[in-house]
Amino acid sequence: MTKSNFTRRGVMKTGAVAGAGLALPTYLRAQESFTNNPTGDTVTLGFNVPQTGPYADEGADELRAFELAVEHLNGEGDGGMLQTFSSNALEGNGIMGKRVEFVTGDTQTKSDAARASARSMIEKDGAIMISGGSSSGVAVAVQGLCQEAGVIFMAGLTHSNDTTGKDKKANGFRHFFNAYMSAAAMAPVLEQLYGSDRNAYHLTADYTWGWTQQESIQAATEALGWTTVNNVLTPLAETDFSAYIAPVLNSGADVLVLNHYGGNMVNSLTNAVQFGLKEAQANGKQFEIVVPLYSELMARGAGQAIAGIPGSQNWDWKIENELGDRYKGTNAFVQSFGEKYGFPPSQAAHTCYAQTLLYADAVARGGSFNPCSVAEALEGYEFDGLGNGPTLYRAADHQCFKDVVVVRGKENPENEFDLVEIVEVTPAEQVTYEPDHPMFAGGALGECNPGA
Amino acid sequence: MLGLNRKDLTLMMIVAAMTLLAPIILNPFPSDSAMAQFNAGYPDLMQRFVIFGIFAIGFNILFGLTGYLSFGHAAFLGVGSYSAVWMFKLLSMNVIPAIVLAVIISGLFALVIGYISLRRSGIYFSILTLAFAQMSFNLAYSVLTPITNGETGLQLALDDPRVLDGGSSGGSLPVTQLFGLEMRATTQLEIGAWSFDFNVGYYLCAAIMLAVFYLAIRIFRSPFGIMLRAVKSNQQRMNYTGLNSRPYTLAAFVISGMYAGLAGGLMASMDPLAGAERMQWTASGEVVLMTILGGAGTLIGPVLGAGFIKYFENIFSKINDNVLHSWFAVMPDGIEDFLVTIVHPFVGKGWHLTLGLMFMAVVIFLPGGLVEGGQRIGRFVTGRRNKKAGGAEAEAARKQPAE
Repeated sequence: MTKSNFTRRGVMKTGAVAGAGLALPTYLRAQESFTNNPTGDTVTLGFNVPQTGPYADEGADELRAFELAVEHLNGEGDGGMLQTFSSNALEGNGIMGKRVEFVTGDTQTKSDAARASARSMIEKDGAIMISGGSSSGVAVAVQGLCQEAGVIFMAGLTHSNDTTGKDKKANGFRHFFNAYMSAAAMAPVLEQLYGSDRNAYHLTADYTWGWTQQESIQAATEALGWTTVNNVLTPLAETDFSAYIAPVLNSGADVLVLNHYGGNMVNSLTNAVQFGLKEAQANGKQFEIVVPLYSELMARGAGQAIAGIPGSQNWDWKIENELGDRYKGTNAFVQSFGEKYGFPPSQAAHTCYAQTLLYADAVARGGSFNPCSVAEALEGYEFDGLGNGPTLYRAADHQCFKDVVVVRGKENPENEFDLVEIVEVTPAEQVTYEPDHPMFAGGALGECNPGA
Repeated sequence: MLGLNRKDLTLMMIVAAMTLLAPIILNPFPSDSAMAQFNAGYPDLMQRFVIFGIFAIGFNILFGLTGYLSFGHAAFLGVGSYSAVWMFKLLSMNVIPAIVLAVIISGLFALVIGYISLRRSGIYFSILTLAFAQMSFNLAYSVLTPITNGETGLQLALDDPRVLDGGSSGGSLPVTQLFGLEMRATTQLEIGAWSFDFNVGYYLCAAIMLAVFYLAIRIFRSPFGIMLRAVKSNQQRMNYTGLNSRPYTLAAFVISGMYAGLAGGLMASMDPLAGAERMQWTASGEVVLMTILGGAGTLIGPVLGAGFIKYFENIFSKINDNVLHSWFAVMPDGIEDFLVTIVHPFVGKGWHLTLGLMFMAVVIFLPGGLVEGGQRIGRFVTGRRNKKAGGAEAEAARKQPAE
């Protein structure tokens, strides 16, 4: 692994070591100059996921998906979604003939640790692309780092509006949906389930994702006629939410909205059910709990508590079986994931797998690993066959637009993997917004940075 | 020379040589070999080594000399980081104003916290500092979000004013620099199969660390340092003789807070982001571990301890099952899987376990830390084995006045 570009740049900038003798051949060898230009017969991707902390379960599943994606890119295994992907640029011989290798790191669900881990991938291992992250705070921080270092960041599970809103970056791309889309998809379902006269009490994870999620849900539900009684911020590292749940029943609220994810949500929902909120009556109505961002992994963690509780998802492993061919790719992916690991993938795994394929495909279509070429290939790209139906990577903010799945916890699950039922699929048009929507305003993509 | 005696001068020279040659020393394995996994000579980690070295040296001035165990030193590191990032946002991408402000603000912060906490000693002092640090962490994490950007961490943005630089140029974020010399600029030197990274940011940190290391030696050997040692050995007796020890302890606390602020400012200068986790109690505990692991009260110990812990955090945590399988690939399948299963809990996300075991071993067998280990080896080699070997004895030998 040579970092020739670093060499050239460093030499020119500092003029410290070596003279023209060293600089000239390096210059000639690097026809294209960008950070970590892979010159050997392999290319290294960096997968930076939380292996510890409240999102560790999601991180573990993301890592499985990354490994599977790398296998498929290298032409091993059954090819998964490569068979259904609308683009045929990938041939199963790695990326542009270079075998794909990867390095992993632990973000610890902390911005600092995630950046340190990503930096070591870029500086030490020569990673050309960083992906992963199960927290929007981490995703925003690592996206900023990748922008500065001049590598592509393919965001994993990050749901905050800010990732492609006020903190969007030219080198960063997000396949996952966001809080605004969740709210837009959930609002009609909530009205249908619980009516238009409700008082909501929000418990919100205290960081960028929680804030934008709460803001989005509040705006969408207040448009229905709901009132918001209170919004309480809870620390991300919190594990016991009893103190936050206790005041809810006497607050005059009749709906509890848990803007929590991962381990947080498992704990807060369990606490809420222990406090009897699901059976309680308030304002003459049945008390309800809503979890705007849902996943099978959390449903598994929360067990019985999840029954009947609505939420939204980016994707669900049953979607092709239940809703047909529009979501093709789903079954191919579920099958190869299931064969390798013995259980169906979560939406975190799906988005990470899709992101890896999309990156490889963009490199192949653009004919270069240069981040600017990759960005150009991804911007405004329309594709299909990755399990979400027809999808657009919007050029204005590097956000994917696709259908959103609204789900509910099953009352009587048949097995431990089939815990949620699909209530409705909201088409992409209904969740699309203008790039300068107030909830997303305030940032700028800037220009793509190829590094050196 | 430089007001140091021969022993200290030698130590200073060794530290200087080690830091200046670190890019070579830390990359002992050819970059394509399987052992390259253990190379630590990449800019990010080398910067961390010296920055946490500075942090630990500063902590040692308080803990090693006065015996006051602060459990809240990460707060000063965090305050330094935030001040530095704000300087980058408001004033200029030059690191000098950022580092200066980081040191000043953390010094003031230390003055306030120290003034209150130092009214008590022993465990009560530790608890007070811990409480202050947790308070700062929680403030930074949620209440002060407009200033600290909460959990996401304070970052640069394109529309920051940057008065001296005249705002951002073009569509990309500016990078931190020292009068035009970019901190991230790296020159790579390839010699045969080896490759060495010489990074501007690292050498800036290294130069600053040598300066503050020198300052620490002078403090250790000064009359002020003797006073601090007196506080450690018997503060009550000192008070009975009519000496007010509080100004001395407060000065030590503030100096050590400023060291932490300097480390925080440098951290932000290398990577312009400040996260609240930097102030969490685990970060405060880490510097205590570094100091004890290396050898509290010794000059070089904290630096060694910092390097040791950061090495584990960054190198061992990245060994995953794939890497293990490639190591043991020569073995037959069954044995390979068995070995991977055995080693698995100790690497990757299990690096804390390995570090914990090492820490226990050091505390039990080498109470004086890594420095004591080095001394034992040294004595073993020179054949002057001393029956009374031990940290305290070795310490006494060092305590000669500077003349």
